[in-house]
Amino acid sequence: MPETDERGGGGPRLLWRTAQVREAIDETPRVRSLVLDVPGWTPHRPGQHVDVRLTAEDGYQAQRSYSIASPPEARHLVITVERIDDGEVSPYLASEARAGDRFEIRGPIGGYFVWTEALGGPLFLIAGGSGIAPLMAMLRHRAARASKVPALLLNSARSVEDIIYREELERLASRDDGLEVVHTLTRRRPAGWTGGTRRIDRDMLAELGIPATERPRVYICGPTPLVEEAAKSLVALGHDASLIKTERFGPTGATHGS
Amino acid sequence: MQDSPISRGFRGRRPPARNDRVPPGQHLTEDFPVLSAGPTPAAKLGSWSFALQDGGSLLAKWSWQEFEALPQTEVTVDIHCVTTWSKLDTHWRGVTIDTLFEAAGLDEPPEAFAMIHCDGGYTTNVPVEDLIDGKAMIATHYEGKPLAPEHGGPARLLVPHLYFWKSAKWARRLRFLEADEPGFWESLGYHIYGDPWREQRYAGD
Amino acid sequence: MDHDDSGAFQGPLDGNSAAGLLQEVFVFEATSAILTCAGCGAAGPIGATRLYGGAMGAVLRCAHCDTALLRVTRTEIGIWLDMQGARSLLMRDAPAA
Repeated sequence: MPETDERGGGGPRLLWRTAQVREAIDETPRVRSLVLDVPGWTPHRPGQHVDVRLTAEDGYQAQRSYSIASPPEARHLVITVERIDDGEVSPYLASEARAGDRFEIRGPIGGYFVWTEALGGPLFLIAGGSGIAPLMAMLRHRAARASKVPALLLNSARSVEDIIYREELERLASRDDGLEVVHTLTRRRPAGWTGGTRRIDRDMLAELGIPATERPRVYICGPTPLVEEAAKSLVALGHDASLIKTERFGPTGATHGS
Repeated sequence: MQDSPISRGFRGRRPPARNDRVPPGQHLTEDFPVLSAGPTPAAKLGSWSFALQDGGSLLAKWSWQEFEALPQTEVTVDIHCVTTWSKLDTHWRGVTIDTLFEAAGLDEPPEAFAMIHCDGGYTTNVPVEDLIDGKAMIATHYEGKPLAPEHGGPARLLVPHLYFWKSAKWARRLRFLEADEPGFWESLGYHIYGDPWREQRYAGD
Repeated sequence: MDHDDSGAFQGPLDGNSAAGLLQEVFVFEATSAILTCAGCGAAGPIGATRLYGGAMGAVLRCAHCDTALLRVTRTEIGIWLDMQGARSLLMRDAPAA
């Protein structure tokens, strides 16, 4: 549970804490991971997110949510951010922020889109773009616990260069511990590419996915069209809707209205 | 609020407010951001209508065809969203509330307050005096084109001198009220009137 | 989760995106709690509802019938909560997986 403070009514409240950037890691040309120091941080569960709040010199603030990419076992908190060129917060986090910079975060937040080793499997993860971040926290947690729960990651990216965590995923998949990683590339494919060659659809899920009969726990994270297509297709393929958890990306409109 | 650390190099995406047409606490945008309290309804012009109601009784009702045949008015106005963006010189076409009242044969509005009801259940309250004398219209066109569904098409209220949540999207009915009542956002902490120049964002402002 | 504001509305998000705001209201982790819709009777976790409202507040709607189940805003004086669209809210002792 998150650390709480006491209000008049005695309820809990999330605290804003100051995070300091330890390191910025370029994952792809558009995506960056920030390794953070957060004094007093409460351990999270894989799949949870944080709220990030930036403050300008004149006091202006902007707030967004980002999934946690690191496992609870890691010493430092990691968020992975894709730069949206006309966005307000992501260009700062994915391009400007460097070691020593500070901003506020609160969390960990959420309990619905969460997988821990204790829940068992099989584990069927479906990612689009930077939607892989919370699923990576699950896979890193699985590896840290030396779990042998059968797991499949079906990851959609535009090109090989756009695959986030590519080398680490190769290493995790080569441990021979029941994890399979399949990438599908929607725009550009290198010569001799043996993975998927189109957007995730029903046929691909039927062909490559964990069958409904094995009752996998399914976590889908990515842009809204990918999430809707995958979730709808899996239900049509006989998966139990209550085992499918989704997290759609999109603008929160945190500076927008009406 | 506690003191927040400054995030070095963060300025936000805020062009400076460059003239006296921008109310306090607002910044200018060139986009037309979209915020919705619910799903965008499928526009079916064949079954669309706009109604005037006094309490429970129907005063007047127009089909889409009838509504389009009413005298049209064009305006160029500035709009101000409570989430702090303002957009200057937006161009709209529609039917003013004055025209609707006249077409309904109302010499005088029967009550002092009104609630706008929309597809999807959204509501917002506006005093009648803020709807008449050319201050408001039911807009069907934006920048020369039919109003897009995500911006409230086929028809939305346009009452630009109040915060933009009052300019209710997907408007279908104007109901006169004897006493003011809060609508969808007004009942959840937003200001009952919403004047951007007095920065009436929240209840109590 | 990676929400930025490109200005283009891409439809609703999942209810779990509102977890931060909900955690300001409830003493329990809200996205796993089960809401029953007063409109159609469907029951499911808050995390599986549809989130609207953008920067004005969180409007959680039933994924089946679009009834506004739960609305939360944060204003200068505090947090407002409306649950007229929910028939009940169940917080399991041991959160269901």
